[in-house]
Amino acid sequence: MMAEAGLAALWLATAFALLQLVLAAVGVAIAMRTEAAELARGVVHVSARETASELMRAVRPVAVVQGVLVVVAFAALVAVFVSSDMSVLLVVDNSHSLKPLIYKIAGTWGNHEGSMLLWVMVLGLAGAFVALAERSLDAKTLTATLGAQALIALGFYAYLAFASNPFTRINPAPADGNGLNPLLQDPGLAFHPPTLYLGYVGLSVAFSFAVGALVTREVGPRFARAMRPWALGAWILLTIGITAGSYWAYYELGWGGWWFWDPTENASLMPWLAATALLHSVTVLATRDGLRAWTIMLAVVAFSMSMVGTFLVRSGVLVSVHAFAVDPTRGTFLLGLLALYIGGALLLFGARIGTVTAGTTFELVSREAGLVLNNLLLSVVLGIVLIGTIYPVIAQAMGVQLSIGPPFFNKTAGPIALVLMIALAGGPLLRWRRDSARTLGRRMLVPMGASALALLVLLIAAPGIGLMPLLGLMLAPGLAVGSVMPLVGRNLLRTPLYIWGMVIAHVGVAVAVAGMASDTAFTRERLVALHVGDSTDVGPFQVTLKSIAPALGANWSALEAELVVAERGSSFTLKPQQRFFSAPPQVTNESAIKTLWNGQLYTVLGREDAGRWQLRLWWKPFVTLIWAGGGMIAIGGMVSLLGRLRRERRVAKRQLPAEALA
Amino acid sequence: MKGMLLITALLLAPVAALADSNLPPAHYAYVQLPDPKQEAAAKALMAELRCLVCQGQSIADSDAELAGDMRALVRERIARGETPKQIRAWLIQRYGDYVTYDPPFDAATAPLWIAPLVLLGAGIWLARRSFKRRRKAA
Amino acid sequence: MKRWLLWVPLVLFVAATAVAIYALRQPQDRLIRSRMVGQPLPAFDLPALVPGKPGLSSRDFTTGKPKLLNVMASWCVPCIAEAPQLMRLRQAGVEVDAIAIRDTPEDAQTFLTRNGDPYLRMGSDTKSAVQLALGSSGVPETFVVDGHGKIVGQHIGDIHDDDVEALLAALARAR
Repeated sequence: MMAEAGLAALWLATAFALLQLVLAAVGVAIAMRTEAAELARGVVHVSARETASELMRAVRPVAVVQGVLVVVAFAALVAVFVSSDMSVLLVVDNSHSLKPLIYKIAGTWGNHEGSMLLWVMVLGLAGAFVALAERSLDAKTLTATLGAQALIALGFYAYLAFASNPFTRINPAPADGNGLNPLLQDPGLAFHPPTLYLGYVGLSVAFSFAVGALVTREVGPRFARAMRPWALGAWILLTIGITAGSYWAYYELGWGGWWFWDPTENASLMPWLAATALLHSVTVLATRDGLRAWTIMLAVVAFSMSMVGTFLVRSGVLVSVHAFAVDPTRGTFLLGLLALYIGGALLLFGARIGTVTAGTTFELVSREAGLVLNNLLLSVVLGIVLIGTIYPVIAQAMGVQLSIGPPFFNKTAGPIALVLMIALAGGPLLRWRRDSARTLGRRMLVPMGASALALLVLLIAAPGIGLMPLLGLMLAPGLAVGSVMPLVGRNLLRTPLYIWGMVIAHVGVAVAVAGMASDTAFTRERLVALHVGDSTDVGPFQVTLKSIAPALGANWSALEAELVVAERGSSFTLKPQQRFFSAPPQVTNESAIKTLWNGQLYTVLGREDAGRWQLRLWWKPFVTLIWAGGGMIAIGGMVSLLGRLRRERRVAKRQLPAEALA
Repeated sequence: MKGMLLITALLLAPVAALADSNLPPAHYAYVQLPDPKQEAAAKALMAELRCLVCQGQSIADSDAELAGDMRALVRERIARGETPKQIRAWLIQRYGDYVTYDPPFDAATAPLWIAPLVLLGAGIWLARRSFKRRRKAA
Repeated sequence: MKRWLLWVPLVLFVAATAVAIYALRQPQDRLIRSRMVGQPLPAFDLPALVPGKPGLSSRDFTTGKPKLLNVMASWCVPCIAEAPQLMRLRQAGVEVDAIAIRDTPEDAQTFLTRNGDPYLRMGSDTKSAVQLALGSSGVPETFVVDGHGKIVGQHIGDIHDDDVEALLAALARAR
């Protein structure tokens, strides 16, 4: 019953999305045509205006209802998983009655169909939220935006209905399910996909805004101010999702790696890069009315990258540890949707953008120019990641089997990222519209001094680390100092929140890069096979294998090693495990990590051979800075968003409620 | 206590069957070379070689047996004095460019390696257009 | 000059879509083929694994008669599936030699007793060294080697009924 209710809710949501699209399309069309006719002939068409107005007014509640319906559908799927209803095929394939509750719930989206339903739910909710909360944009553009959102939703509803139905029944129902992949039975699953999807789909709102603005030709500061919180919000969520995913892979996979340039990882990085460029660009549009074409294009590109990522991960075109169970039919459908949305948006862009570019001009040395450089470098990195990810497919067309991984990306995107750090340090120190290179040079003296000092220290204390880590560790302090400089000389209590946000986020970048460089340069690894009672050393620590004992969990059994770690007087214990699952049968390594102020001791238990137990130990100085930095970037974004929203609310309160758009 | 260990050992047995052969891993699959410089060179090479039986991992990150044997091969050869370049070339001779995560520069991969420069150039050219108008207006 | 620029993104996207369509229509070929096909067999000398059966070396392939080299293991399940086909080939007069990957004498003997023994020689490769030298990436695989020690063909995976004819033809061509 529950599954059928969910499916029914999904179909109803589809119907409402269709209604939303039709109302929006007709309403906006009449409104625009009426305006054009009025301009041409100078006559006011009252009845046409009223019709248009009514149609457009109806779109908001329809969007809200659609959102509610799709939430109901998703709730039904969660209910089916929680009750371990084995008559539903998806539950059989991906769940088991003995699983802990949190993984029954999280298992809902730990598979292709469920995660697509999550995607569509966020899409519907975002549309509903825009319909409820957006007050400052003019009626036409807002309606066009909601119409675009409905169009996107329709495509995905169709995908779910025809190619990925999560509610399919299986008859006869088996006794129990196949269980959830043990690698996914981790709190990370409860957290990482939903945050990422909120980010991906949040970008769809920016995309819809861009399409709406192109349709009504309203590409100006007002539109930018309406789109900005969505771009910023989506970007914050993507930052959190990627950071969390990286940390999850780091402690779960048992090798101490935190990024591999795997196609699925790249699929999340590409929208993030576009969204970073977008959120900087939209601010220029909002405050200076510049970079119109860039902003629109970036909004289109950002969501396109979300969709390209979804396609890559679910179609089976690329090999990845993270990929979902593959199916070319699903891939074809997704490709069709991709072609429709991105192709349509790019067509619209080509046709319309010529009539909207204007905006103010700026000098070669100015903050706008700095932001153009920022956009440029981010786009280049995005292009490199995209080409590097899909090139194996192109090569296969030429009959060549290739592998492209960290060596390629580090050599190409790495240097550009370093240049970007310098731009990041200098950009906020430039004035708008026009500045002089000499003034910039003067302001950059302190950050450059910090970098020079860092270089000196590194060359003396840590000779022999590679060039890239050296550059990273040298630039990071410079960037940190440069990022804080906009605060110097200001009354800190009266500084707008968005400046605080910028400072925190940029310092976060410096912190993250410092962590990455430190991990590359200073990690100490020890692989040993020890008898119980033996000791070894790694970094500044002495590690003794005290015992091996069995351990039991809810749906696993394990062998647990007790490691006694000593360092200059202090000591602590770590208990890495080798876990054995039965449904499905799999062995996983549960690493044991000790986090200290200056790094992490990462320990993994391996197999036993002739009485000796294999141990993998790493001392990773300052590796936590990577994710701390990521967190700071997200926090900076949140502070900024808070500041913008408060400012908008204050401005809205002051304005007379002139355009009461129901 | 012994009983628990026995039960766990029994649990281990079916899992071992899933984990391929019954032989222990090669010596240098999980043991480092004594010389730190050699070990660092070996480690760097292992991170760039692809595991042939995995879904997109390097041999440095995989518990698969063949990956372990490849790690042992790399370490033994480095210990014997071979350079990483020689070892990589030997493997490419047998498995093609698929086995290395660092694509070579040849006719098939030229577009890949040139792309960053092309992108940079195109980007700079596009960006310059934002300023050109200014000069014309002046 | 500026107008055409606006259409570049669309053109690029269409090109990328074309590549994607092509990729989707390709059959999923994840096999890693050996690059040693067409090259001489790498020199190797493997000790014997089971009593009564000699070990295997690369010199055994320069006798003038084309042979099959079967890379297998007792712990490999598809190897059990291909045992009948290998017996068929043996009965057709084909000489089959084996390299057993990471195997023990007891397990290998049990495997041969249980599934039939088509092999003239069986070499023990406990570290996958020869497997790697051959460019083989898993078990079972079968190499067709001509009488002068040159690899002329590779069959990846277990040998099915319909593969037997192809292998016989390859051996005939290698003469």
